[in-house]
Amino acid sequence: MTLRSPIGRARGLGSAKEGAGDAWATIVTAVALVPLSLWFVISIIGLAGADYATFTGWLARPLNATLMVLTVLTVLYHAQLGVKMVVEDYVHGAAAKVALLIGTKLVAAFLAVYMAVSVLKVAVGV
Amino acid sequence: MPPMPHIKGAATGPRSASRGQPAMTTRNRPLSPHLQIYRLPLLAIMSITHRVTGVGLVAGLVLLAWWLGAAASGPEAFEAAQDLIGSPLGYLLLFGWSVALFFHLGHGVRHLLWEAGWGFEIPQAYASAKVSLAVTAVLTLVAWIAGLA
Repeated sequence: MTLRSPIGRARGLGSAKEGAGDAWATIVTAVALVPLSLWFVISIIGLAGADYATFTGWLARPLNATLMVLTVLTVLYHAQLGVKMVVEDYVHGAAAKVALLIGTKLVAAFLAVYMAVSVLKVAVGV
Repeated sequence: MPPMPHIKGAATGPRSASRGQPAMTTRNRPLSPHLQIYRLPLLAIMSITHRVTGVGLVAGLVLLAWWLGAAASGPEAFEAAQDLIGSPLGYLLLFGWSVALFFHLGHGVRHLLWEAGWGFEIPQAYASAKVSLAVTAVLTLVAWIAGLA
């Protein structure tokens, strides 16, 4: 027995079963970001006023490069979910909303890749 | 009429006298909590601040990308970036972002506790709000003392 109306079945509409996906991803990235952001802040404090050689030497260590790449990828995923929520709540025009939602993804992808490439370039030392 | 502590300058008596209208139509009905006259409770301020700090931190991410990109570009670019970050404007931005980060972190943990089903009662919500504000202040203070030491 189904509660769906015949017209609903005919149109194939209904739950995509992904409704909680963004909320869950926000939670998972938030849990990861608790230790990552604390590591980041402590690291930045230790690097205050560092010169080029000190900073690149620090970032070139495998553990630091790994944590920095994880931090930037996780934080960008978390941030674009947050911006998406804000756009969905406050932007009401369909065209502006779609443009901002797509733009958010593209900018987030660019920043994530740019930072990961930068870290890896320093870490690999080319 | 019950007191309306959340309404700024809430009228306490009938408004009919000044407008010369019949009292029947101008008695004090509950007012719509329009944002311009509604004094947000602490929990609502915490909620919107979480959003505002989140958006502010996105701006910080752009600076982080620029900083990491400068480090990858070479010594001159990195030293220029360090000079800008070390300027008064740079410190002001860093301070703002540190407060935003610690608030978002503390309040984010509150959200995680709610997700786990803890702390929905009003007294618990106020208690966790105050704890997360204290965490924000303490972490900001500790970070800057450690950073400037």
